Amino acid sequence: MTYLPISQTVKSLLAALAFALLSSVALANEGGELIAPSGANVDDQQSLQRGAKYFVNYCMSCHNLKYMRYSRLAADLDLSEQQVMDALNPGGNKFGETMTVAMAPADAALWFGKAPPDLSLTTRYREGGADWVYSYLKSFYVDPKRPSGWNNLVFPSASMPHVLWELQGTQAAVYDTVSAKNAEGELLQTQKFSHFELIKPGKLDAKAYDQVARDIATFLEYVGEPAVFQRKDVGWKVILFLAFFTFITWLLKKEYWSDVH
Amino acid sequence: MANPVMNVISAGYDWVNQRAPGATAWWNRHVGQYYAPKNFNFWYYFGSLAMVVFANQILTGIWLTMHYKPDAKLAFDSVEYIMRDVDWGWLIRYLHSTGASLFFLVIYLHMFRGLMYGSYRKPRELIWVIGVVIFLATMAEAFMGYVLPWGQMSYWGAQVISSIYGTIPFVGPDLLEFIRGDYVIADPALNRFFALHVIAVPLVLAGLIYLHLMALHETGSNNPDGIEIKKKKDANGKPLDGITFHPYYTVKDLFGTAFFLLIASFIVFYAPTFGGWFLEPDNFLVADPMVTPLLIKPVWYFTPYYAMLRAVPAVFGSQFPGVLVMGGGVLIFFLLPWLDRSPVRSIRYRSMLSKVMLALWVLCFFWLGYCGTRHATPLLTLSAQVCTVFYFAFFLLMPWWSRLGATKPEPERVNFDH
Repeated sequence: MTYLPISQTVKSLLAALAFALLSSVALANEGGELIAPSGANVDDQQSLQRGAKYFVNYCMSCHNLKYMRYSRLAADLDLSEQQVMDALNPGGNKFGETMTVAMAPADAALWFGKAPPDLSLTTRYREGGADWVYSYLKSFYVDPKRPSGWNNLVFPSASMPHVLWELQGTQAAVYDTVSAKNAEGELLQTQKFSHFELIKPGKLDAKAYDQVARDIATFLEYVGEPAVFQRKDVGWKVILFLAFFTFITWLLKKEYWSDVH
Repeated sequence: MANPVMNVISAGYDWVNQRAPGATAWWNRHVGQYYAPKNFNFWYYFGSLAMVVFANQILTGIWLTMHYKPDAKLAFDSVEYIMRDVDWGWLIRYLHSTGASLFFLVIYLHMFRGLMYGSYRKPRELIWVIGVVIFLATMAEAFMGYVLPWGQMSYWGAQVISSIYGTIPFVGPDLLEFIRGDYVIADPALNRFFALHVIAVPLVLAGLIYLHLMALHETGSNNPDGIEIKKKKDANGKPLDGITFHPYYTVKDLFGTAFFLLIASFIVFYAPTFGGWFLEPDNFLVADPMVTPLLIKPVWYFTPYYAMLRAVPAVFGSQFPGVLVMGGGVLIFFLLPWLDRSPVRSIRYRSMLSKVMLALWVLCFFWLGYCGTRHATPLLTLSAQVCTVFYFAFFLLMPWWSRLGATKPEPERVNFDH
């Protein structure tokens, strides 16, 4: 009696596992081909600074970066405390605090249907990292079927509206009708995404908007791992030392082993 | 000697030696006067490298525990705290996470060395058996450690792997509840896995590693030629093909360690997630019992055995046969010393059939590992089933095939060109 729920848990878990394994083959690559190389480079300080500005202006009204400290941001992006506090701190947080805005999760859930996720680790858990962010920001299109009026090709049915629409403009998704044979050999007509069509231009041309998306992607790449600069900087020194040390130990080994015949 | 520093060292040495004369004897027995074959090749680095990685795991682990919080509400945040706010925390964490994968890499290569040169054979069965227990303990250690960051894959991996115990007939459900300390994986499981991961299993591992080495030093090391160096001794009773471990192998292993650390540094500093193989993307999402990841898969080092689990179809609605096959895949290593009936030890002198069998077995192991990382398709499942059958056939039919075919004559003395 008491252990019935557990055995059912086990069964349903294993069933869920089997189901996930079998049924999600088709889902696995969906959106994969839509991820375009972003060209994001965290070593580009200018891009990082612009990305931080765009993030604060356009994303941070809803999304937090709860692991990203302002003090760390200032140090890594070569900004002064004053600059950070004036330009990048709409929530009026303290310098040692993290990049959060005061929106109660319950309110957020009510307004958006789902609380907007914290974006500190987006580039860490999304396949493609910065490329995913870049492609996501470029893939919004009008879709009257969605509550917000927007849909996204990279992240279908995203609750988020296209907050950068003023910059990018409004685009529509254009589909091709393709015929493909299914497993039974029947000819089926399916809709396949072809391209986006700009129906109302924004303030920026395509190239400039790509740069905005790239800057935000770069910034989130950095936020995902602020240690990235120190890691790379310490890395080559350690490797140089170990290369030298390996050489020395090789000589030592050769010397000691010269009397082994 | 006029050097005052040397005088102090010498006096200290004498002082200890008078009070613990066994210390010098111990040193000589295991290092200074331990005779190892002089023909060790590339494959003989991995034993010492396993020790190096073990030491790395212990040291970085101690520093991680200083900042990590074993609490379902705090664990994930505390790992990010380590990655961001703790001085050098990112380095300690990457060393630990990379070390986990490299530990398995090194252990697998170390075991493969044993398979190639017949290191498990009489009189070294005990060394091998202890080694397999180390392998089992390492698997438990890795599994529980993986749960601690409390990411999505930590949580769901733990949920699926612990549910394996629930498939055991009759006692399964009660056992599962006992293991988890709850009906599902939650805070109690995280807390106890932490205790086991940082104290119990490492303590057991340290003891087992010591026993592994002591057992080795009783029989002496095997070598790539698979012949006993103790059969040919000089006038002083020292093996003609043996050299003392110190300084010959201490300097050689020092070189191996330096080179290994060089390679490891490229990973730690320039590819710490190793493209999602060492640190998986899904584990950067905090554990959420309400959202099941699309693909639940273990880290790469468990995938061959995970593929076996999945390859076996349910029998009367029970997954238990698959669990038995997976467990059997690891436990069968215990029997290896008694399954091998080849007249020679080393792959160098074995029959062509033996070489082909080992090569096929390795291919099967790799293929199973690949299958374990993918969504199951009918073709992948079928190939995993074929590979699982071969994996077991390799062992269970070994008493027969290992005797077949023409072997080459073993040399009198080891091959060594310098």
